[in-house]
Amino acid sequence: MYNIKCDVAIVGGGPAGLAAAVSAKENGAEKVLIIERDSSLGGILQQCIHPGFGLTRFKEELTGPEYYSRFTAKTDELGVEYLLNSMVLEVDSENKQVICTNSEYGLTTVSAKSIVLAMGCRERTRANIVVPGTRPAGLYTAGSAQRLINRQNIMVGKKVVILGSGDIGMIMARRMTLEGAKVVMVVELMDYLAGLTRNRVQCLDDFGIPLKLAHTITAIEGKERVSGVKIAPVDENKKPIKEKEEFVECDTVLFSVGLIPENELTKKAGIEINRVTNGPTVDQYMQTTAPGIFACGNVVHVNDLVDNVSKESEVAGKYAAEYALGTLTKTVKEVAVQVGRNVRYLCPHKLNIGDKEQKVTLYFRVLFPENNVVLRALDGDKKIAKKKELRVNPGEMCSITVDALKITSNAITVEVVKEA
Amino acid sequence: MVKEIICTVCPRGCHITVEGDNGKVNSVKGEGCKRGLDYATAEFIAPVRILTTLVKINGKENELLPVRSNKPLLKEKLFDCMAEIKKVSVNLPVKMHDVIVKDICGTGVDIVATKSLN
Ligand SMILES: Cc1cc2nc3c(=O)[nH]c(=O)nc-3n(C[C@H](O)[C@H](O)[C@H](O)COP(=O)(O)OP(=O)(O)OC[C@H]3O[C@@H](n4cnc5c(N)ncnc54)[C@H](O)[C@@H]3O)c2cc1C
Ligand code: SF4
Repeated sequence: MYNIKCDVAIVGGGPAGLAAAVSAKENGAEKVLIIERDSSLGGILQQCIHPGFGLTRFKEELTGPEYYSRFTAKTDELGVEYLLNSMVLEVDSENKQVICTNSEYGLTTVSAKSIVLAMGCRERTRANIVVPGTRPAGLYTAGSAQRLINRQNIMVGKKVVILGSGDIGMIMARRMTLEGAKVVMVVELMDYLAGLTRNRVQCLDDFGIPLKLAHTITAIEGKERVSGVKIAPVDENKKPIKEKEEFVECDTVLFSVGLIPENELTKKAGIEINRVTNGPTVDQYMQTTAPGIFACGNVVHVNDLVDNVSKESEVAGKYAAEYALGTLTKTVKEVAVQVGRNVRYLCPHKLNIGDKEQKVTLYFRVLFPENNVVLRALDGDKKIAKKKELRVNPGEMCSITVDALKITSNAITVEVVKEA
Repeated sequence: MVKEIICTVCPRGCHITVEGDNGKVNSVKGEGCKRGLDYATAEFIAPVRILTTLVKINGKENELLPVRSNKPLLKEKLFDCMAEIKKVSVNLPVKMHDVIVKDICGTGVDIVATKSLN
């Protein structure tokens, strides 16, 4: 078996892996190696040809390839090494080894001092959500349609219904319309939009594509190829109202019903998985429950904005470098991070507080949309941080920053409350 | 003419009602802040969008070159520009931000590559 040694090994060369690599280098790690199964770097952004990346980070509206190119320019300049065409099969958290198959060397073992998991996420499929009906051709997840159209030059259909108002689905609605397809409608189970408002305006409204909120697909019809779907509005319990069912003709259905962290490797490595996010439990260093194994990006929790992914991955890269160098602050106290009112989940999930001053940003998603609210962090019952927001909604990540050294109790709670 | 515009400047997504004629705004209602007022006014007079799409590569079946407009284009021109771009096919190598179509449809906007390809 082929053997490689490095200081920090990074699994996945998407925006998360790239930002972690840059930061690990900048924080003193000597040999940083990215292991990627694809033949090129950039991850999912390679198929995201649309604009909308980097608005926060670069104050510019970049396309996916433009965004990751800024990072690959940096990794090249800093001398980050890559192992492409290398599928990682196993992460051994005990011995800090990554086992992969490489197209040139065959089975390869990478031994590292610390490891960063950055495998991204995968799409929920029809099997995860179950729509009754036959299984004709013409059914795609929005992301696989995006890959086929944008990277392989294969058009997937002419008359399209999209289930789910996630960002990828809306972006594909625009993409296919521009390519001459007819997007009949976007059907969303909830009574609010799953993705960003910007995408609704620029991808649906701009082209007059109807958005059916509080509706679902009740059946898919067609023998060899999809011939249409039945849709119906849903009641308060999300049950379809059968009497109002109607038939919509189409030859293609795209599913844009959410993403889940790619967690096979993480699970196999014996790392604790968070029940809400489906990614590993991490502390403020983005360190998992296995010492020296860090994680960042969509493998931890699904981000809507790549800008957040880059920021969080820089944290992972920095502390992975410190771990490799043996300079990571020792934990003197563990603090739990708990969800309060209208908070679905938080990341990080716990804080391992050392003796150095540290500002920690807690990222979170709300359960339901709300206007004019205050985000608060409570240390026991003492308020330690607050921030006003005009609007929060589940589709957009919120954040609040706390001063870790000032925490006196064993648990902090983050909540969203109505403004007094 | 009355138009309802959803502001996309911040996550609040205010529904702003603009009333006016022939590119002139008479009244704006429902904006949450000044930025929204500016956005809605511009959106009412002449909405613009960045166009991104793909261009054929000579001699390659299964790969396309991603491109964008280097500046926002008038929304109503998007389909005309798409039709122009569809006629084009490029020779490799291409460097990021190389101009693929100059002054597309007389808009003064260029279509440029968003990726380097060899
Ligand atoms: C279709 C789509 C549209 C989006 N649109 C926007 C947008 O408009 N604006 C925005 O800001 N954000 C957008 N996002 C979000 C943003 O793209 C993601 O948040 C970001 O790409 C996540 O980065 P990542 O590195 O965690 O994951 P990825 O980009 O998925 O990268 C993961 C990498 O790990 C590799 N990998 C996985 N498993 C293995 C293995 N076993 N061995 C080796 N390598 C492996 C993969 O090949 C991949 O290269 C979009 C996301 C998607 C999916
Ligand atoms: S008007 Fe102001 S507050 Fe309302 S969405 Fe636009 S930027 Fe946000």
